[in-house]
Amino acid sequence: MNTRILMALLHKEVSLMRRNTILPKIIFIMPLMVMLVIPLVANLDVKNVKIVVVDNDHTQLSKRIIADISSSPFLNVVAACGTHGEAMEWVENGDADVLLTIPYDYSKNIVSGVDQIDVEANGVNATKGMIGAGYVSQSVGETLVQWKDENGIGFPVANISVVNRYNPTLDFRNYMIPALMVVLIIIICGFLPSLNLVSEKETGTMEAMNVTPVGRFTFVLSKLIPFWIVGILVVTVGMIVGWLVYGLVPAGDIWMIYLATILFSLVMSGLGVAIANYSSTMLQSIFVMFAFIMIFQLMGGLFTPIGSMPEWAQNVTYAIPPRYFIEIMRSIYLKGTSFIELLPQYMALFIFAVTLCCVAAISYKKQA
Amino acid sequence: MSAAVKITGLSKSYRHIRVLDRVSFNVEKGELFGLIGPDGAGKSTLYKILATLLTPDSGEARICGLDVVRDYKRLRTHIGYMPERFSLYQDLTVMENLNFFASLFGVTVKENYDLIAPVFSQLEKFPNRMAGALSGGMKQKLALSCALIHRPDILLLDEPTTGVDAVSRSEFWDMLSTLKENGMTIMVSTSYMDEATRCERIAMINNGKILAVDSPTALVENLDENLYNAVGGDMFGLLSRLKTLRGVVDCYTFGATLHLVADKNFSADETVGLLRNSGLPDVRIYPAIGNIEDLFIKEIRNGK
Repeated sequence: MNTRILMALLHKEVSLMRRNTILPKIIFIMPLMVMLVIPLVANLDVKNVKIVVVDNDHTQLSKRIIADISSSPFLNVVAACGTHGEAMEWVENGDADVLLTIPYDYSKNIVSGVDQIDVEANGVNATKGMIGAGYVSQSVGETLVQWKDENGIGFPVANISVVNRYNPTLDFRNYMIPALMVVLIIIICGFLPSLNLVSEKETGTMEAMNVTPVGRFTFVLSKLIPFWIVGILVVTVGMIVGWLVYGLVPAGDIWMIYLATILFSLVMSGLGVAIANYSSTMLQSIFVMFAFIMIFQLMGGLFTPIGSMPEWAQNVTYAIPPRYFIEIMRSIYLKGTSFIELLPQYMALFIFAVTLCCVAAISYKKQA
Repeated sequence: MSAAVKITGLSKSYRHIRVLDRVSFNVEKGELFGLIGPDGAGKSTLYKILATLLTPDSGEARICGLDVVRDYKRLRTHIGYMPERFSLYQDLTVMENLNFFASLFGVTVKENYDLIAPVFSQLEKFPNRMAGALSGGMKQKLALSCALIHRPDILLLDEPTTGVDAVSRSEFWDMLSTLKENGMTIMVSTSYMDEATRCERIAMINNGKILAVDSPTALVENLDENLYNAVGGDMFGLLSRLKTLRGVVDCYTFGATLHLVADKNFSADETVGLLRNSGLPDVRIYPAIGNIEDLFIKEIRNGK
């Protein structure tokens, strides 16, 4: 390792990056766009559930149930139909997510203790249907409890209280924002070093470098370090947007986020450089990198919680580095977990980083 | 050891294709040595082996006494290699490229400026121009400056004049002569036969085999062929007729004329008479002086 050579190489990398007409912009604009747009779009919160009602009872109680439902901010009664068949048409056309049927003599029967109310969900959009149906039953239940209370026919009702820890309103954004920063690092720190290196092969500058006394570790390091800094910049932009736009501040220490970022950018850029070493054209490296990124995004616990994967898949995720980074980011952001508790995740990232950087350096051959 | 480059029995194959076949020759210190051969002869492969970018299958090559395989790390500071393709950073300026390569070798542009001055002087006018925006000839000069900046013992130039216009080519050779006078050992490859005469000694290479190694004049003197020029109105008809005639060993186009290699019993007057009677009235045949290209064609013909 030679510091003078490394400095010369880094100086070159920075000059080239500055002169690149697209890259510096991408490094700032992409995190901004992703952080501003995606949390609004990729949202699993169920809002605006469309409900069609069939009221066969026509009593004060049934009217009150419907009124309570339509006053909920998440539920929206789009139509009241005379028959079940008519209501089904709404569901079939996709104009309604949930169908609520209040049977004949419902309020009479409820006094005698036999109450049944039908809630049918449109399963085409499974999440919306299921969660919507849950909301409807909850709303109906609340109305009934009140009503029984008022009319003195109340039975002792179990009082269940649900508190969502760490994300009290179960806001999907709080879950997504830390993960989006992970996505950004995966993409930026994975693709850029890989493309950078292959472009040196394609333009022939690699050949000129190879006859100089530049060591392989020095050369690979000169490709990794700039993307460390880029990774830190990306996370900083992400955190600022999260704070200014969504009011989300990490509950834990910021230095822990940076430490994880440094490790994870090394993991990704090490992987990128290793792939570049085995590719001779940009096209090859893009496709191989893309395959890795797909798996990382789908299996890292980014969108699908790892806990809900089949067991074999859960075991596979231990080999997927973003898993640890996502865990760290979410724990720090939402729970404020301490460093000691997250040590296993940090260690895993550290091992991945060292291994991949070694692979990157060893696979870089000056001699054919 | 006076040889700057000593190559003995060097062979290299890609899969089943033999690219270099037992290549052996020496380049003396301070010599301007040319490696002449057509495209695909194995020149670039030989250069890559000498530049420590490729390992040979068998044989040995030593530069300044250092083995290209075992001592490759030490050797890299002794050689200045200029690959066939322009291989500088197009998005760095002229000065940035030069400074960058200087600092990789731990030298400064200032301390070695005297060496690159004959090459670099024309580039000094635009130090802040991007390398990618330079003309072909200027790019070559910059690449040569960068290859020279660490004061190597030997310059390995792989087809430096390919794709460069005639004037720039001639200028480039003038610069090489100046460098040689300053004591630099230069090994340069080219597929232009006319450039052979600018070298002190040349090695002719074809299909991975060295055909001959000597000074261009000595090689041409040894040509020892009965060589004629043949011209006529219908060049193609003339060529195909001549090839069928007895006493004609070979006939090929050579610039605007045909070169005719004849055996001892050939008589130019008789042949002209014969051709004029058979529908080629304006034929002229007169003795020609051979050059490297004729020698090359002879060697390839004899090699068959």
